[in-house]
Amino acid sequence: MLEILWHGRGGQGAFTAARLLGAAFIQTESGFALAFPSFGPERRGAPIRAFTKLDKKPITNRSEIEKADFVIYLDDTLFPGEAAFAELKPNGKILLNTKETWEDEQIITIDGDCLATEILGRPITNTVMLGVISTLAPEITLDHLTAAIASYMPPKLQGKNIALIKAAAETISKEAHQ
Amino acid sequence: MSNPQKRKAFLSGNEAFAEGIRLARPQVISAYPITPQTLVVERLSEMVEDESLAAEFIHVESEHSALSCAMGASAVGARAFTATSSQGLLYMAECLTYASGGRFPIVMMNANRATALPWNIYGDQRDSLSLLDCGWIQAYAENAQESLDLALMSYYIAEHPQVATPFMVNLDGFVLTHTYEVVHIPDQEQADAFLPPYETENKLDFAHPRNMGFSVGPELNDGFKYKEHLAMVHAKAVIAEAEEKFAKIFGRTYPGLIETYQTEGADYILITLGTIAGQVKDVVETLRAKGEKVGMIRLRYMRPFPNEEIAAAVTGATAIGVLEKDISFGNEGTVYTNVNSALQKTGISLPTSNYIGGLGGKNISPQDIECIFQSLKKKSAQVKFLGLEEV
Repeated sequence: MLEILWHGRGGQGAFTAARLLGAAFIQTESGFALAFPSFGPERRGAPIRAFTKLDKKPITNRSEIEKADFVIYLDDTLFPGEAAFAELKPNGKILLNTKETWEDEQIITIDGDCLATEILGRPITNTVMLGVISTLAPEITLDHLTAAIASYMPPKLQGKNIALIKAAAETISKEAHQ
Repeated sequence: MSNPQKRKAFLSGNEAFAEGIRLARPQVISAYPITPQTLVVERLSEMVEDESLAAEFIHVESEHSALSCAMGASAVGARAFTATSSQGLLYMAECLTYASGGRFPIVMMNANRATALPWNIYGDQRDSLSLLDCGWIQAYAENAQESLDLALMSYYIAEHPQVATPFMVNLDGFVLTHTYEVVHIPDQEQADAFLPPYETENKLDFAHPRNMGFSVGPELNDGFKYKEHLAMVHAKAVIAEAEEKFAKIFGRTYPGLIETYQTEGADYILITLGTIAGQVKDVVETLRAKGEKVGMIRLRYMRPFPNEEIAAAVTGATAIGVLEKDISFGNEGTVYTNVNSALQKTGISLPTSNYIGGLGGKNISPQDIECIFQSLKKKSAQVKFLGLEEV
């Protein structure tokens, strides 16, 4: 099972991204997914978590993810540094939206605010991270993500967010080749 | 988020249930929003607004009015739907026995949620289990697909002329209502082939005048109650009939009043209901791989109660546990009481234990479930609160 743990603040779209990722994966051959937020009242700006579980068989365990393959931070003010590894599987990756750089091959950084501001006009980075995941998990393709956005996002947001996941994927791929 | 054109969709339990209700073509929906049921009411109101569902959506001022309104609709022969949760269900409690006594086959979705005080919006099953005696059929879903399928099957069963009994479908609050998963949405043609329009003589009709909602004295009252009981008992056969027809049309099979998992040759069996059953299955699989003979029973229906089905499934077991998100203060969990009664009536003498967990949304971990299976080996009857008492 591939487990993805999302950290964000209310209003940054962490749960929307968690759900879009599940909607992308269920398009694959015998793909199953669960996506849910940390339950309860949500306040704009307050830290929230969201969870995506992906597998090739039905997923019956609905409990929160304790150790993830990808731990994602949409906001680097939530990133606790070394302590973040407690939530990560041994070969997992941390995906961090930040302007800083980290000398750790398990931490993938991207300046999502800059990219999102350029394309969306706002620093909303949830779909940026979907683009980043597509470069790390071969089962998650840009085509599946595009189809998920087309099915489950409001029409006026679709075009720009599809452009944004592609731009994010290109940014990461370029860096990998440098 | 719903898209009626997509047959395979990624939906929450609430959204899946709303899709199932749309396919069932209710004529009247009267509901009052309450967390965590809100989304099902929102989706249905959107469907009525965009005319993908031809129903009257009646905004009411309370849950008491929501069910009263559904009864009025049912009393003129309309297919009616409502949904609620927790305090909302308790507030409409007075109307529950009116609906069952009036033999109105209303379907209600209940999002299982803790009851106050302390005020808590998270999931447990104390709301619906406290109302087992109100004459409604009660089913408990494990996932979003089963929720959608129960939305359709509930009307088939409730409206069957020999049942004519209202039906409460229970979805665990948040863990099911707010979790997104893969759901296959049937075609409307398939749904129509499964569920015919509601036909009844139990309605206000100028051509065939009849008395409805009347009072009776002691000499006749028990006769009405006896008929309600017999109808509920008969619902067992209609549930089987509905599932058989459902499998033929939709290709998905359901196992009747209980689902058994690895109970064959099991020494220790844990009985539970709702979404937590999924996690118990995972633990059973892990323990079986280590050579431990464990199994699980999921109660899909609490009314009518699967007495004989439970007895047949536990034959050969050494000890039984019941895990439930409920407590009847001063005694034990209500599911446990019912299970013990089933065993006693069928002449099965086994040590049984009761594990109370998940109250007010408290997490039940796989480790908790492993501990339960270990404690069953002690074979001593006990009632324990998970996490608060040593099991």
